[in-house]
Amino acid sequence: MMSERNLNIAVLAMFIGIPAWAYFSDEPFTITLMTRAAIFALAAVGLNLALGVGGLVSLGHAAFFGLGGYVMGILAYHAQTYTPLAEWPFLVEGTKSMPVIWLASLLLSAGLAWVIGSLSLRTTGVYFIMITLAFAQMMFFFSISWSAYGGEDGLSIYVRNNFPGLNTLDPIQFFAICFVILLAALFLSARLAKSPFGLALNAARQSPQRVETVGLNTQRLKLVAFVISGAITGLAGALFADLNRFVSPTMFSWQLSGEIMVFIIIGGVGRLFGPVVGALVFVALEHFLGGLSEFWHIYLGLLLLLIVLFGKGGLIGLICGREKVHD
Amino acid sequence: MTDPVLATHGLTKTFGSLVASEDVSIDLKPGEIHAVIGPNGAGKTTLIAQICGTLTPNSGRIELAGVDITGRPTRARALAGLGRTFQISALAMEDTVLENAVLGALGATGNPWRFFKPALKNIELREVAEQALHRVGLDDVMSTRTAELSHGQRRQLEVAVALTLQPRAFVMDEPMAGLGSEGSKVLTEFLSELRSEAPILLVEHDMDAVFALADRISVLVYGKVIATGSVDEIKRDEAVREAYLGDDA
Repeated sequence: MMSERNLNIAVLAMFIGIPAWAYFSDEPFTITLMTRAAIFALAAVGLNLALGVGGLVSLGHAAFFGLGGYVMGILAYHAQTYTPLAEWPFLVEGTKSMPVIWLASLLLSAGLAWVIGSLSLRTTGVYFIMITLAFAQMMFFFSISWSAYGGEDGLSIYVRNNFPGLNTLDPIQFFAICFVILLAALFLSARLAKSPFGLALNAARQSPQRVETVGLNTQRLKLVAFVISGAITGLAGALFADLNRFVSPTMFSWQLSGEIMVFIIIGGVGRLFGPVVGALVFVALEHFLGGLSEFWHIYLGLLLLLIVLFGKGGLIGLICGREKVHD
Repeated sequence: MTDPVLATHGLTKTFGSLVASEDVSIDLKPGEIHAVIGPNGAGKTTLIAQICGTLTPNSGRIELAGVDITGRPTRARALAGLGRTFQISALAMEDTVLENAVLGALGATGNPWRFFKPALKNIELREVAEQALHRVGLDDVMSTRTAELSHGQRRQLEVAVALTLQPRAFVMDEPMAGLGSEGSKVLTEFLSELRSEAPILLVEHDMDAVFALADRISVLVYGKVIATGSVDEIKRDEAVREAYLGDDA
């Protein structure tokens, strides 16, 4: 069995090696694919905090992914049309600056996650799954009916947003931005899982009664986890919209919520690199099998079935066995 | 007379027409072990659930150190100084023994909002946790997964987690259940010393342990306390013999 640490290093090496190879052999499309994988991974790193550590099966994370996308779309749309976003109570202008857009996506997604979380966390189990799904569907239909921002057709942004000192239209540079953000999110999520907060959240998933008995508020622990989780997925949404220079209601769709969850299940629920492995495998299948047949999802389904049946810890569980204990 | 650390006053709880607790008034004084015994279905677990906050009584009050805690949630009672152990272990099974104890230490600080530094590298949390584990004799299995512990070790860990809270009063729901004779002997000795630190309200089926440990015993039958007194008084009590102990006691 391979150690989980070595597997993680191998996955990171692929994330650096493949785009580097593509850059030198002039294959920009491969770089774009890897960027897509990095962004999906980031979205799933967000969900993994809620799902893997906190045990919150959210089938509505597209709400945050889509919100991040629309934050980028709306800010950039106002910047490219030179129209203010709001004039009252104070002037808000659009922007093409990535850091500003990221900050807005993080904050607004966190806010939305707080609202959705406060209401959904009153329920558990299948009701929690359904209520999170319902919130994401509300966002979906809201975006369809909001014609000011393209309604069903979505919004096109002509030029990718700017990052100080970089040419974001160069695929390898935009990849680097997304990859560094993914690394940062992985680092934070690794720290968080081992932190006192992570310990308490992890215990709240296994034995809420115990956590209450030592004087901690399980609901609040879960809500905070949900907010951090939603914020990270929202940031991924802003990057995804920037990758495509396009945002549409599809980003709010329940299929997307499902896909984010599928990444985690393929890779390994609660494993640090589970979302990364899952997103990588998904994008690879989408690319190679999608070229062969329109119905490539059948094979994805088959893979998912095999993993769920034979490897409870996802691919990482199959390759590395059970998670090591912390000491 | 000293004031009780923990007291219930006229606690009544009904489920439909079933009266699970009827006017239960018991108290726990500093330095004592007060055992609650009674046949199955007598309402012992219901009583504990009300004291610890998982059930709300229909009427009556619960006081901890003179403060009314009746309406407070479980976590507030824990912070006010109630250390509970469960009948069926409610530990985080995937976590290690040390992690479970650190969770208790973390709960006692009241501040889980620390997101960056590893919990197990926090010297204060770790010291409290390791000391508690040492006291119950679990030093050797600190980095073992809780699921891999024996039944008796889980009981010990339950007690260790309660110790990390440094409570004013312990409420223990059948800590001896499922322990072998050797195990329950060790735990009996340990609890006997523990009472000087904080009094223990002990619900227990193991009569040998109860008679060896208890300063006072209350007998619960059909939700009512039919007798309270010292071990000898209870052993001699006619009503208790009839209801519960049988002639051979």
